[in-house]
Amino acid sequence: MPRLSRPYLLNLILLGAALILSVAVGSVWLAPAEIWQWLNGQGGQTAGTILLQLRLPRTLLVAITGAALAGSGAAYQGLFRNPLADPYLMGVAAGGGLGAILAMSIRWPYTLAGMMAVPVAAFVGALLSALLVYQLARRQGGASTASLILAGIAISSFATALTSFLMLNATGELRRALTWMMGGATLSGWLPVLAALPYVALGLGTLFTLGHALNVLQFGEEQAQQLGLPVARVRRLVVVAATLATAAAVSFAGVIGFVGLIVPHLVRLAWGPDYRHLLPLAAIGGASLLLLADVVARVAMAPQEIPVGIITALLGAPFFLWVLRRSKRGG
Amino acid sequence: MRLEVQSLVVRYGLRVALNGVSFSLNSGEVLAVIGPNGAGKTSLLRALSGIQPAESGKMLLDGRDVAKLSPVERARWMAVVPQARQLPALFTGHQTVMLGRTPHINWLGRTLPQDEAAVHQAMQRTGTLELAERRVDELSGGEQQRLLLARALAQGSPLLLLDEPTTHLDLHYQISLMDNIRSLAHDDGLAVLLVTHDLHLVARYSNRVALLVGGELLSQGTPQEVLTPDLLSRAYQIPAEAVNLAALGL
Repeated sequence: MPRLSRPYLLNLILLGAALILSVAVGSVWLAPAEIWQWLNGQGGQTAGTILLQLRLPRTLLVAITGAALAGSGAAYQGLFRNPLADPYLMGVAAGGGLGAILAMSIRWPYTLAGMMAVPVAAFVGALLSALLVYQLARRQGGASTASLILAGIAISSFATALTSFLMLNATGELRRALTWMMGGATLSGWLPVLAALPYVALGLGTLFTLGHALNVLQFGEEQAQQLGLPVARVRRLVVVAATLATAAAVSFAGVIGFVGLIVPHLVRLAWGPDYRHLLPLAAIGGASLLLLADVVARVAMAPQEIPVGIITALLGAPFFLWVLRRSKRGG
Repeated sequence: MRLEVQSLVVRYGLRVALNGVSFSLNSGEVLAVIGPNGAGKTSLLRALSGIQPAESGKMLLDGRDVAKLSPVERARWMAVVPQARQLPALFTGHQTVMLGRTPHINWLGRTLPQDEAAVHQAMQRTGTLELAERRVDELSGGEQQRLLLARALAQGSPLLLLDEPTTHLDLHYQISLMDNIRSLAHDDGLAVLLVTHDLHLVARYSNRVALLVGGELLSQGTPQEVLTPDLLSRAYQIPAEAVNLAALGL
């Protein structure tokens, strides 16, 4: 057993750096010294407005989203015993996106209560997708990669088609959803942060308690039951918690792919498969990765912003092919 | 501890896998369950360990109904050594054996010194201490099998169920595993139920034998009583003269 404080320390340092960078970078560069001054109540008013109204809420929303996607990706991978399970590839994210858009197209009140309702609708869409994938892909010995991905493609296409149809008729406020769906954290202000946080905290918090159960599940459902695990209950809890976290992320940051694939994979390679640590480490790493991707998205074509989903897809698709190759070789 | 199985019936859809099987097993005994492929040996293990619900009949552990036990209670009563195949990638030997403590540790998987002690003892007993930091998916079939036995021992349950544990082992490890299993029954007082195809090991190591054919118990008794040319030729549909009892050491 390697000493485990080091991975946490490394990941938290990386997260700290990503947070500072995300707050500092933008159309106006805020040096870390300026941010520090402002935190001590000595900064200028412009800097304060930018920080408080724009940078901080966006940074936190991106961090929460990244943590939710990577944490739930790790959990799905454990449940399906397949390294290619990911909320995006499984169609769970698209299903959640459809649910969110449906909720928004009915009414789009910019209040905390209105915001808090969106993840609930997203959760319904995401849960239906997750259950469908589970039914289609499950088999003795874990889900096969082919059926997992194919089911995901079908569900994604269906949900995305309906989403596009809804957006054809969209006007005004809902138009913003167009860029939102491409995965750019364009919803600004503190409301999305406050609305997403409780759901993500509940989902990830539940998953963090299921690390040992997921470890046991890696030996197959039969052996897990023989080792004393209440398999059916664990399965339900993992699906619900991971899907809740995904739905909350999708509700306010759009459909962002591959974070849930890349991060758990790297964490597993670096520090092993123990889900008691893999889940929290993936969540921290997911926050860092998405923050860095978001910084790139803001800087690469400044002043124009690229949706962050494009950046993660450019990173993630080759990574996906690499993992696919490796898992095929592994049998 | 006493396991009592009465008129057990297990069915998969229309196919009857076990049809009215009755036997008992006491602490300190090794019971070998033998029979041709499809006789219902694996179904028996699956029913006992709660994977496949029984259609009718009773399974009692010291009078308690096995079917009514929760997964944790069941795992405290019985540990299963499955056939080693498709072990997950990246897990170490130590992590694998530690999972045997699942029925004793909390939901979060926090392990205590007594869990470490149980794991150490189980690995020592099975000669797997040197596999502690190795990746289980990179071990030989025999090493994996020994680790799975260690995991079952770490569970600390009084009843041990083994599913063809010698399949992947060479002769040396077959003998040493069976010596180990016999000692677990005779010295440590475990009740051992062993499903196997190896009649040679059955003759040498079991106290009692149950011969299953087509889901029914054709015969049970001591190895001398069950491993006869007549019964074996009927069970395996081979000519009686093809049964070489001398080769089995009988």
